[in-house]
Amino acid sequence: MSANSAFNDEKGGSSSVGEPEYGHDPASGGIFSSDYKRHDDLKEMLDSNKDSLKLEAMKRIVAMIARGKNTSDLFPAVVKNVACKNIEVKKLVYVYLVRYAEEQQDLALLSISTFQRGLKDPNQLIRASALRVLSSIRVTIIVPIMMLAIKEAASDMSPYVRKTAAHAIPKLYSLDPEQKDQLIEVIEKLLADKTTLVAGSVVMAFEEVCPERIDLIHKNYRKLCNLLIDVEEWGQVVIINMLTRYARTQFLNPNMNESLLEEGSDKTFYGSDEDEDEEEEEEKDKKAEAPAMAKRKPYVMDPDHRLLLRNTKPLLQSRNAAVVMAVAQLYFHLAPKAEVGVIAKALVRLLRSHSEVQYVVLQNVATMSIKRRGMFEPYLKSFYIRSTDPTQIKVLKLEVLTNLANETNISTILREFQTYIKSMDKDFVAATIQAIGRCATNIGEVRDTCLNGLVQLLSNRDELVVAESVVVIKKLLQMQPEKHSDIIKHMAKLTDNIQVPMARASILWLIGEYCEHVPKIAPDVLRKMAKSFTNEEDIVKLQIINLAAKLYLTNSKQTKLLTQYVLNLAKYDQNYDIRDRARFIRQLIVPTEKSGALSKYAKKLFLALKPAPVLESPFKDRDHFQLGSLSHLLNAKAGGYQELPDWPEAAPDPSVRNVEVPEWTKCSSREKRKEKKVEKPFYSDSEGESGPTESADSESDSASGSESGSGIEESGSGSESEESEEGSESEEEEEEEKEKDKKKKKKELKKPVQESESEQSSEEEERKHERKSKQRKSESESESDEEEDSESESSQTESEDSESEAEVKKKKKAAESKPPSKPVKKDNKKEKKEMSLLDLDDFEPAPSPQATPVNSFLSNSLATDLEGLSLSDAVLSPATISPSSALKSYEMLHRITGEGLSVEYCFSRQPFSPDANMVAVQMQFTNNATSDTKNLHMEDVKLQSGMRVKEFPEIELLPAGEMVTAVMGIDFCDSTQAANFQLCTHTRKFFVSIQPPVGELMRPVFLTENEFKKEQGQLMGMNEITEKITLDVKCRNEHSIVQRVITAANLSRVPCGSDKECRFAGRTVTSSSLVLVTVATKEEGAAKLTINCEKMVIGTMLVKDILLALTQ
Amino acid sequence: MIHSLFLINASGDIFLEKHWKSVVSRSVCDYFFEAQERATEPENVPPVIPTPHHYLISVLRHRIYFVAVIQSEVPPLFVIEFLHRVVDTFQDYFGVCTEAAIKDNVVVVYELLEEMLDNGFPLATESNILKELIKPPTILRTMVNTITGSTNVGEQLPTGQLSVVPWRRTGVKYTNNEAYFDVVEEIDAIIDKSGSTITAEIQGVIDACVKLTGMPDLTLSFMNPRLLDDVSFHPCVRFKRWEAERILSFIPPDGNFRLLSYHVSSQNLVAIPVYIKHNITFREGSSQGRFDLTLGPKQTMGKAVESVLVSSQLPRGVLNANLNPSQGTYTFDPVTKMLSWDVGKINPQKLPSLKGTMSLQAGASKPDENPTINIQLKIQQMAISGLKVNRLDMYGEKYKPFKGIKYMTKAGKFQVRT
Repeated sequence: MSANSAFNDEKGGSSSVGEPEYGHDPASGGIFSSDYKRHDDLKEMLDSNKDSLKLEAMKRIVAMIARGKNTSDLFPAVVKNVACKNIEVKKLVYVYLVRYAEEQQDLALLSISTFQRGLKDPNQLIRASALRVLSSIRVTIIVPIMMLAIKEAASDMSPYVRKTAAHAIPKLYSLDPEQKDQLIEVIEKLLADKTTLVAGSVVMAFEEVCPERIDLIHKNYRKLCNLLIDVEEWGQVVIINMLTRYARTQFLNPNMNESLLEEGSDKTFYGSDEDEDEEEEEEKDKKAEAPAMAKRKPYVMDPDHRLLLRNTKPLLQSRNAAVVMAVAQLYFHLAPKAEVGVIAKALVRLLRSHSEVQYVVLQNVATMSIKRRGMFEPYLKSFYIRSTDPTQIKVLKLEVLTNLANETNISTILREFQTYIKSMDKDFVAATIQAIGRCATNIGEVRDTCLNGLVQLLSNRDELVVAESVVVIKKLLQMQPEKHSDIIKHMAKLTDNIQVPMARASILWLIGEYCEHVPKIAPDVLRKMAKSFTNEEDIVKLQIINLAAKLYLTNSKQTKLLTQYVLNLAKYDQNYDIRDRARFIRQLIVPTEKSGALSKYAKKLFLALKPAPVLESPFKDRDHFQLGSLSHLLNAKAGGYQELPDWPEAAPDPSVRNVEVPEWTKCSSREKRKEKKVEKPFYSDSEGESGPTESADSESDSASGSESGSGIEESGSGSESEESEEGSESEEEEEEEKEKDKKKKKKELKKPVQESESEQSSEEEERKHERKSKQRKSESESESDEEEDSESESSQTESEDSESEAEVKKKKKAAESKPPSKPVKKDNKKEKKEMSLLDLDDFEPAPSPQATPVNSFLSNSLATDLEGLSLSDAVLSPATISPSSALKSYEMLHRITGEGLSVEYCFSRQPFSPDANMVAVQMQFTNNATSDTKNLHMEDVKLQSGMRVKEFPEIELLPAGEMVTAVMGIDFCDSTQAANFQLCTHTRKFFVSIQPPVGELMRPVFLTENEFKKEQGQLMGMNEITEKITLDVKCRNEHSIVQRVITAANLSRVPCGSDKECRFAGRTVTSSSLVLVTVATKEEGAAKLTINCEKMVIGTMLVKDILLALTQ
Repeated sequence: MIHSLFLINASGDIFLEKHWKSVVSRSVCDYFFEAQERATEPENVPPVIPTPHHYLISVLRHRIYFVAVIQSEVPPLFVIEFLHRVVDTFQDYFGVCTEAAIKDNVVVVYELLEEMLDNGFPLATESNILKELIKPPTILRTMVNTITGSTNVGEQLPTGQLSVVPWRRTGVKYTNNEAYFDVVEEIDAIIDKSGSTITAEIQGVIDACVKLTGMPDLTLSFMNPRLLDDVSFHPCVRFKRWEAERILSFIPPDGNFRLLSYHVSSQNLVAIPVYIKHNITFREGSSQGRFDLTLGPKQTMGKAVESVLVSSQLPRGVLNANLNPSQGTYTFDPVTKMLSWDVGKINPQKLPSLKGTMSLQAGASKPDENPTINIQLKIQQMAISGLKVNRLDMYGEKYKPFKGIKYMTKAGKFQVRT
């Protein structure tokens, strides 16, 4: 039995002969000797019916595993219990299984079915733990099962399960690297996940499986940056390290310009201390780039680069040293020189931590302090050494102090060093002497002081100290030997006492090298050495030969015989190096007939002027390893280390990080920012840019229309106002009207085409016509005659008093008087879109009675909106006019992935009449393909629990080149979880999802000021979130604030007595929880944003959105 | 990431091993033992030891080495920080983290380690989550468990795992709602021979013990937040709020936790609470040395200096010390040459002193190194930097909690060179 033999091995020889003794020696062999017996009773216990017995048995088994005892013979008995009901037994069985499955593959397979069942369990905890154990069993046969399970779990609803799936990826990869391609697909999918829980784990998997696939990061880069602060700390470390590498490949060197300047200034930097440490590669870079220099544009940091730096900075405050270090290395490798300084403080703080942390941090500080000395100079005193520090810490601190030394602080540092020399820790003293030597070579002014100090140390009682001093003095003397012959003499005397080989060797070398300065002493030293030659260490022997040779060349009269003697001794030495050297030197210096031309040059060979050694830090050039990495610490490449790439010469296309946006939402001037917002709808800043005015308008417009009960009117006016702007200059009205006319004509031109194409005309189709014409009529009416329009308006909103009537008029005017600048931008496409917006409502079922309450509240909110507008109208100046855009739309299916079919959706903010708890989502299908698409419908809706969907009616035919819109309703249950479903055509199925921004999860509600205050009072404390903000320059007046807030969230304005405050109210669609928003403005664009909502999650997300809307 | 973990006690026995991936033979620890032998002091074992196939990263705490085995590149601090977190968790669970405690609770330890790492990557390290997964052993629970056969393992998925506040569990209930905050400051200083300060800085922490029902949202504001120069927070603290208003706003974890650690800006002069007069001399040729030490209070803002403990590593040549303390007791360990003097409270009227002679090895030359004197002390009801909490408010819950704030100053690494 294999287990038994292993067991015996472990025991060693002690009882290997014969039977194990039972309980013979309870103290030492107790556990061993009774193992057989014990295992039997453990088996019995495991087979029993009682959970408590099983648990007891498992506990004992686990205790044995923990001690490293082999219990593999119990495998069959344990595995049976994998399906045990008791959760602790189960967990312990898992522990056992994972430990031994590799050894007992066949038996382990018995347990697989249990896990497969577990994977389907409704409880996410059980699903996750089943996957966890399944993937931890290292049995190759189950690779396909694992692969399936991982794929399944990667699209699980629970983020916890998805996290587990991410963890399982590297496990499977290490088991079977051939699965790489499939695993990369899963990683790609999980990288797109938006929850913080998953982010860290999937990046970890990415790093282990496919760190070279940097392209997978592009689309997720911004999301990762934004999520970073909320990711758990371990994930943060991994993500930051990965992003450092990513940034190195994608952005330009922020210090590029400085290096260019330096080159321009004729390399003066070699002289200055600060730049001495300039990275070599940088120089190389510069040289390579020199021709291109003229062409180089001034460096502008990529906004994404900035985003990374900005979002990592707060993490310097983390309590986790690893996170702080990760950020520090990121800044060191990526930030412009001027900004790197911020990390010093945090790193110095880590020096208070455990000594192991100090050790690692100091290593990194040592490397950094070489390149960026200025950064740590203010913290010089934090590196002072305490007698209680462990030696390895002391030595590292010394290293840092030496790196930081310069002309100004050298005196304090040397004084500090003086106290260190008196330390009891001799290793540390030796290191201090080395450090003094380095300071002396680096800083010329203190060289003599240091030398004198070191010479004094030569009379120290401790041999180690003396020896170390000798070695250092030797190096220093080499710099200016002629001045210091007395020191050499002094050292020659030391040979009698010093026994440390290195020191003796150093002295001998010095005397040999400078024998001309000490002509009398040198032969005498050689004489003494020759005497003790046989007892010396090898390095000393070599130096004796060396000395002999040099003396022979300079002073052969006195030393000829001695040299011969030494060489003869060396000839028979045990060490072949020494024999070798002796032979070589003899040939070279002793002239014989056979000796060649070389011996003539012997003197030149031996006594050539040797350059003084450069004492440099062992940490120099370590920064080619990524700081904070294991490889950096060891100064050797560790397995799996990812090289930190050099900066690219030219930045790769930054647009790869953009997620492609549908063209019509692109606003030509701000393309980039818009794109950004589409990528991360959560923190979308779009609301800030797309003129919020118009949405406020559309809001009220639709409200006014809703009274009439016609959905078309609503959307008609909505789309109308889409382009409308707050510009009430009357002199431009005429022009606009003309424009409108033109547009109308275009519309009319197009409509027939569409009609003719939609062959299957039905009753509905006809109704559509009717409505359209009616719509057109009302439109033209309103345009042609304002007076009339306002009257009709007022008739609709009878309840309003005369004042509000006037408001309505004003507003209407505003809505219609379109900005003169607008039409230029808007091309045909835009118009087409508008039209389709009209079309859309045809699919909406006729308003049902259920919808009326919603409508009525909308009409209520009208008043508030109008009030808001009336106020703002007064303040409004032409300068604040912002370009308007449509309701923000999101891409659901790109035309490439959709094989010609593209789908976009937007939240129309219309009440969804079939179900008031649903949010209306308006979808626009465009068929860009050359063939018709048929039977567009949705299938296989996957939702979080509680969510519901009202599907859109099937679209039977979508001819090539056409577009069509449809409306569906989704009850998101007040969460921003995406609704996933399949979009099916007659040929294909596409997985798509709709994710709502939090602002769309609410509907406006009308409150009076008092009601508002009362409600707010009840939503204090945790339900209240306050943020101080600085308003965007373009958003300082009340009007634009209202606009932006309302664009960001579907809220209505609440009247307010103070003009310093704007208030908004709404209710979440599903649970009708009140959402109250207050923006109180102060001087200079400062403002306070308060959100009261009993749903904290909604509140916090809304804060982010509104904040963005107001500050950007 | 982390492959395996070995726990090694002071005498070099591996008393626990845990593997998260394939089993790594415990013979890998031989490299560690080698390094241990080479290092003279236990704390001098290098934290990272490369071996041909693995890397060993270790931390030493409570005289136990926690040795993690890793196989490929990983930030060393990541592992070190994690190992310390493991130790903290053990301490949290068992009260102490000793070999005996770990051996007694080996099953809980194993369950904990299983939850904390998955495939070598940290999974749940937040003590609140862990406590929901695996209940800490108490005497009562152990008894109940043995009788009823119920378990220590929680049945539910910890709510924290998924919530926006992963550090706090839901459904916390207390009859007495209380929140205590300890502001503890430590003075790190090096004083030179003549009594002048070479370097001094103040590091502080705010440790909290919060036992509040429900989901309280606390804010803590300071009278003088400007004092805080560099801070690091528990993840619960809202960073934005601090940046903007210098207010600590947080939903606290349940139980004990470190809310904040801070560094007081070095511009402020640090008050040094005690002074020391020392005269430690050895004479050439004589086998006697003089030892004379007097302590006195300096800048204590009128508060008493308590629990003073003076210790000093005397030179190797010292055989014995024959001293006479004016108060307290002293001990001298002739093996380690460690002298420690438990002074107690400093009475400003009658300054404590320790005087006497040291006997040296006969014939040996006078030691040329000077001992350093380490001082520990405590001052109650005062934060030496002057930091003061302004107010503590609670939102989100209806009840009135009992709030308490305590200040204390301690000496951190406080050394006097002689």
